[in-house]
Amino acid sequence: MSSTLPAGGAAFDPVSESAKQKMINPPLGNAVRRSPLADKMFAWVAQGAAWLTLLLLAGILLSLILGAWPAISKYGLGFLTSTSWDPVKNEYGGLVMIYGTVATSLIALIIAVPVSFGIALFLTELSPAWLKRPLGTAIELLAAVPSIVYGMWGLLVFGPILATYVQQPLQKAFGETPYLGALVSGPPVGIGILSAGIILAIMIIPFIASVMRDVFDVTPVMLKESAYALGSTTWEVVYKVVLPYTKAGVVGGVMLGLGRALGETMAITFVIGNFNQLDSLSLFQAANSITSALANEFAEAAEGLHQAALIYLGLVLFFITFVVLALSKLMLAQLRKNEGTKT
Amino acid sequence: MKLSFKLSLTSLVASMAVLPVLAFAQDVTGAGASFPAPLYSKWAADYNRATGIKINYQSVGSGAGLRQIDAKTVDFGASDAPLKDDELAKKGLVQFPTVIGGVVPVVNIKGIATGQLKLSGQVLGDIYLGKITKWTDPAIKALNPTLPLPDVAISPVRRADGSGTSFIFTNYLSKVNPEWKAKVGEGTAVNWPVGAGGKGNEGVAAFVGRLPNSIGYVEYAYIKQNKMTFAQMRNAAGTFVSPDDATFKAAAAGADWAKSFYQILTEQPGKDAWPITGATFILMHKVQDKPAQAASSLKFFDWAYKNGDKTADDLDYVPMPANVKVIIEKAWADIKDASGKSVATK
Repeated sequence: MSSTLPAGGAAFDPVSESAKQKMINPPLGNAVRRSPLADKMFAWVAQGAAWLTLLLLAGILLSLILGAWPAISKYGLGFLTSTSWDPVKNEYGGLVMIYGTVATSLIALIIAVPVSFGIALFLTELSPAWLKRPLGTAIELLAAVPSIVYGMWGLLVFGPILATYVQQPLQKAFGETPYLGALVSGPPVGIGILSAGIILAIMIIPFIASVMRDVFDVTPVMLKESAYALGSTTWEVVYKVVLPYTKAGVVGGVMLGLGRALGETMAITFVIGNFNQLDSLSLFQAANSITSALANEFAEAAEGLHQAALIYLGLVLFFITFVVLALSKLMLAQLRKNEGTKT
Repeated sequence: MKLSFKLSLTSLVASMAVLPVLAFAQDVTGAGASFPAPLYSKWAADYNRATGIKINYQSVGSGAGLRQIDAKTVDFGASDAPLKDDELAKKGLVQFPTVIGGVVPVVNIKGIATGQLKLSGQVLGDIYLGKITKWTDPAIKALNPTLPLPDVAISPVRRADGSGTSFIFTNYLSKVNPEWKAKVGEGTAVNWPVGAGGKGNEGVAAFVGRLPNSIGYVEYAYIKQNKMTFAQMRNAAGTFVSPDDATFKAAAAGADWAKSFYQILTEQPGKDAWPITGATFILMHKVQDKPAQAASSLKFFDWAYKNGDKTADDLDYVPMPANVKVIIEKAWADIKDASGKSVATK
C-alpha cells in the first residue's frame, strides 16, 4: 500500500508556488459553503449515534438485570451450576442450557473454521478466475437462507442421515471403549448436541468464509508476489504472508460466526431435542441451549420466578458473548505485541 | 417485567389514542392459547362476514394470554388451563369454556396400525418416567397380548414449549400415576425425565413421524389431518376407547359445569369417556372499563355458540353440549360495567 504513495506525491510536484499558496489560504468565496454550524451539527449527530449505541447496550443490560432480579436474588451464582429446571416445583438452574450453548458453538467452530479457511484460500489463491464469482456469490447466498430452513432440513433430512450413517457405526466401533464410548452413548436418533453443532457449523461457514475471503483479497499483491519470487509455495505464502497480514480480519470473521452460533435459536430448537437433563456428556444426547429454552418457554412462562429465570439465562448469554468478544480483543492485542519478533 | 409493563401501558395509551380514528368501537381483540386459534380465527372471519365486526385473535400462548388480560391490553384472554376459582377471584376475572379437545398418544412402530396398541394411564406414565423403556415390557405385553411388538427401546417425544396440551396430558398422568404426581407433577411445562422435545404439535408430530419406535402426544386435530397412528386408552371405567367426537363429548358430559367452570376433563367417569380430554377457556374481567368492548366480545361468543358448531366440527374440535352453553350464557351476567350493570344486554 505504501508503494503507491511516492507516485501520488510526485503528481503534486509540478504545482506552482502560487497554487500552493491558494491551497493554504483558499479564496473567500469557498468559505461560504463551509458553515461552522453545519460542521458542529454533523459532529453532534455522529457523536449522538455513537452514544445511542452505548445507551441501548446499557438499557438492555439494565432491563435484563431488572427482569432477572427475582432469580438472581434467590439463586445468585448457584444458578450457573445447578442442573434442575423444574417449572412445577419452581426450581431453576441454568447449567444444562449453558452447557448446551457452549458445547454446540464449540463443535460448530471446530468444524466451520478449517472449512471456511479452505473455502477462502481456494477462492483467493487457487480458483480459476471464471469460478471465483459464481462460487463467491453462492456462499453469500447461503448466508441469506433463513435459519428455520436449516432447522427443518436438519430435523427431516440431515438427522436421519447422521443417525444411520454416522452415529450407529460410531457406536458400534467405539461403544465399548472407555472415554470415547461415553461420548457416543445415548439414543442414536440424529437429535442432540452433535447434530445441533453440525447444523450451526453449516450456518456460520458462509459468514466466516466470506469475511476471510474479503480480507485475504486485500493482501497487497506485491507482498504475495515477492514471497512467490523468493520460492515460497502457495501454502507458505498463505501461512506466512497472507494470514499474518489479515489476522485481525480473520479473528473478526471467526468471532462474527461464533456470535451467530451462540445466538442462533430457530435451527437449534429443531435439532437439539430440548431436553433439560444433564445425564451424560454424550454428544448424541438430546440437550437444550439458552436460546432454545427462551424460545420454547417464554410465551407460556408464568410471571415470577420462571420468567425471571429465563431472563437470567438471557443475561448469562449476554455475558458469554461479552467474554468471547473481550477474549478475541485480548488475543489480537497479544498477536500485535508479538509482531516482528522471531517465532 | 416492570419495564415491559410500562411499555405495554404506553402502547395501550397510544393505541387508545389512535383507535377511535381507525376502527369502530365494537372491534375487539383477544389473545392467548394457540390450540383453539384456528377455530377462533375461522369464527372471527365468519362473524365479520355476518355482522361486519372485526375480532382480532392473537395466538400467543396461554401464559402470554393471561399476562395480556391481566394488563388489560386485550378484551379477552384465552387459556387451555382453567384458573382455579380463588385465582379468578383474586385477579377479578371470569372464565368460561368454548370448545373441547382431546390429547391423543401417537406411536410410530412398524407393523402396528392405528388403534391397535392399547395403553393404560399407569403404563403411559411409566413410559414418560423412563421406567418402561422397551416395547416388549411385560406391562405393555399384558395390555396387548397378541400384538407383535418389536423388542426395541421406546423413544418418548413430548412438547418442548409450554402448552395447554402438555397441561392436559400431565394432569392426566398425575391423576392416574402416583409416581408421576410425586416426581413430576402437572403444568404447561414440567421437568420431563426423558424424551426429545418438539416445538408445537407440529414439532411433536414431525419427531414421531421421523423416529422409529417413538411415542408422543398431540391434539386430536393433528391425528386426523396427518393420519397418525394413535393408541387406544383405558378410561376410568376400565374400557378401551378410541379418540373421537363421541368419546370427547362423553367426557364433557360427566363434569358439573353448573358448580364451577374449573373443570378438567381428564379421567372422567363414563364407559365411553376419552380419558385425556380438556376444554379451552376464555377469560374476561369481571368489572369492565370498556363495557362496549366487553358487550361486543360476548355477542361474538353468543354468535359462535349458536352458529359455530359446524365450523368447530369441520376443524375437529368438539362444541360444548347445549345445556352447558345455557349455563355459560347465564354466567355472563357477572360481567359488569363500573356502575354494576351487566354488559351482556340482549
